[in-house]
Amino acid sequence: MLEILGMPFMQRALVAGLLIGFLASYYGVFVVQRGLGFLGNGLAHAAFGGVALGLLLGGEPLWVAAPFTMVVAVLITWVRQKTALASDTVIGVFFAASMALGIVFLALKKDYTIDAFSYLFGSILAVTTTDLKVAGAVVVLTLAVLPCWGRWAYATFDRDLALTDRVPVRFDEYLLAGLLAVTVVVAVKVVGIVLISAFLVVPAAAARLLVNRFTAMTQLSVIFGMASVFFGLWLSYWLDMPSGAVIVLLQTGVFLLSLGGGRLLAHYRQRS
Amino acid sequence: MGAIAREAGSYFFVNGIMIAVQTEKLAVALGNNPVLIDIDCQIHEGEYVAILGPNGAGKTVFIKVLLGLIRPTAGEVLVFGQTPDKVVPAWLGYVPQVKTLDRSFPALAVELVVTGLTQRWQPWPSRAEKQAASQALAQVGAGHLAERPVANLSGGELQRVYIARALVRRPRLVLLDEPVTGVDTVGETDFYRVLESFRQESGATIIMVTHDWEIAARTACHVLVLNRRVIGFGTPAEVLCNDCLKRAYGVASAVHLSSCPRNGHG
Repeated sequence: MLEILGMPFMQRALVAGLLIGFLASYYGVFVVQRGLGFLGNGLAHAAFGGVALGLLLGGEPLWVAAPFTMVVAVLITWVRQKTALASDTVIGVFFAASMALGIVFLALKKDYTIDAFSYLFGSILAVTTTDLKVAGAVVVLTLAVLPCWGRWAYATFDRDLALTDRVPVRFDEYLLAGLLAVTVVVAVKVVGIVLISAFLVVPAAAARLLVNRFTAMTQLSVIFGMASVFFGLWLSYWLDMPSGAVIVLLQTGVFLLSLGGGRLLAHYRQRS
Repeated sequence: MGAIAREAGSYFFVNGIMIAVQTEKLAVALGNNPVLIDIDCQIHEGEYVAILGPNGAGKTVFIKVLLGLIRPTAGEVLVFGQTPDKVVPAWLGYVPQVKTLDRSFPALAVELVVTGLTQRWQPWPSRAEKQAASQALAQVGAGHLAERPVANLSGGELQRVYIARALVRRPRLVLLDEPVTGVDTVGETDFYRVLESFRQESGATIIMVTHDWEIAARTACHVLVLNRRVIGFGTPAEVLCNDCLKRAYGVASAVHLSSCPRNGHG
């Protein structure tokens, strides 16, 4: 089984997987605590629209999908800040519009393509060196904005307190939305559009069940995210199943274990 | 209002006394809804002012205007001689309403208090920060809650942690929005004592939105009764009369002033 590691496609898939696992589960803690799980879903469907447009135009679809998704992310944030509409309402509108656009773009495409399937469900065979470089760049960007974690956490906890302390809350909302958009686009090849939102939510949710501090939640979420991608990719190759689904099932398993473990931990902490 | 000597970017004096808050014809409309109309008031530094009024009177909005969270639609508001958005954050201590507090965030009480010092979440608070935070918690009678997760605190306990957070930075102006709603009665007396001793010791100004007329009558230097407009602003004896309360609440009530309000001008 280990000889598969010698195959370039598997090496690329594993590296891409680790990078994506890191990104999605790191931003995931903010998605979960800000109640933006639906945003991940919305952005995934925006990515669908973007990928469809990219396929229609020819060339590498992710170069079109990235700006398309970022524009949608910015628009969602802008409408949320300017109107009294609830978050899910705003996201729902853009989600529906992007989906519909994606379907129209695919219908416009003259020749049938099976690419759409692998974008929807993820495929470890499809990761190119360019994908790796882009994922790497997003990770470098994330590490560069790591110092923002403190003020993002603060605004997540209490937006008014953060605003009073002159944290640039509104700008950070745009920044996070944009970073989420690129994370989603980068993750689409490995995980697939249908399940990428799970990536943003499940590892962080599992972490939340086990710890009482946001620092620990962030660390544990990243560990869960990266480990689930790594082992999920192996498993999906071995079982010959779509990678996204296998990874998410693993993450769900971790979540269920954390549910049980969290209750045990709480019980133990109470006694001591 | 007396002769006003304005100094650019610093304190604001009237007859030699520093002004913490001054509003002139302040108006706020949210959407098409006029929430505050024509608010004139002046609060000296070191005072303890209670804000009373029925629900929907605009009390929370008033507090948020002072914090710079809501922009006035008309009129002028100055906090320590500056517009609210220019005020140094370290001078402000804010305690929001208990019902708006987020319990699902994974945090220990001491971490929350540390944000009062650092103005952002600290991944690993230093020993000095934790010590200052623990001391602030002890002062509000919540020392035993330091390592407790925020999710496990009762409404009253969480309120105390927020007060510790506001006071740990030793602000010049403390703004509290209905701080004792949801706090047990034992905690209540304690809480007023802590605030009052902080005010006496540091000369800070305290502005508190409350529903409790009796407490306001007994402890505040001045009372601002709001119902979108200023119904009354003055000492409790002047303001908490039947006429005034009738205009504010639409109903005549008796408030027993058993002792003179404490005059604690710093």
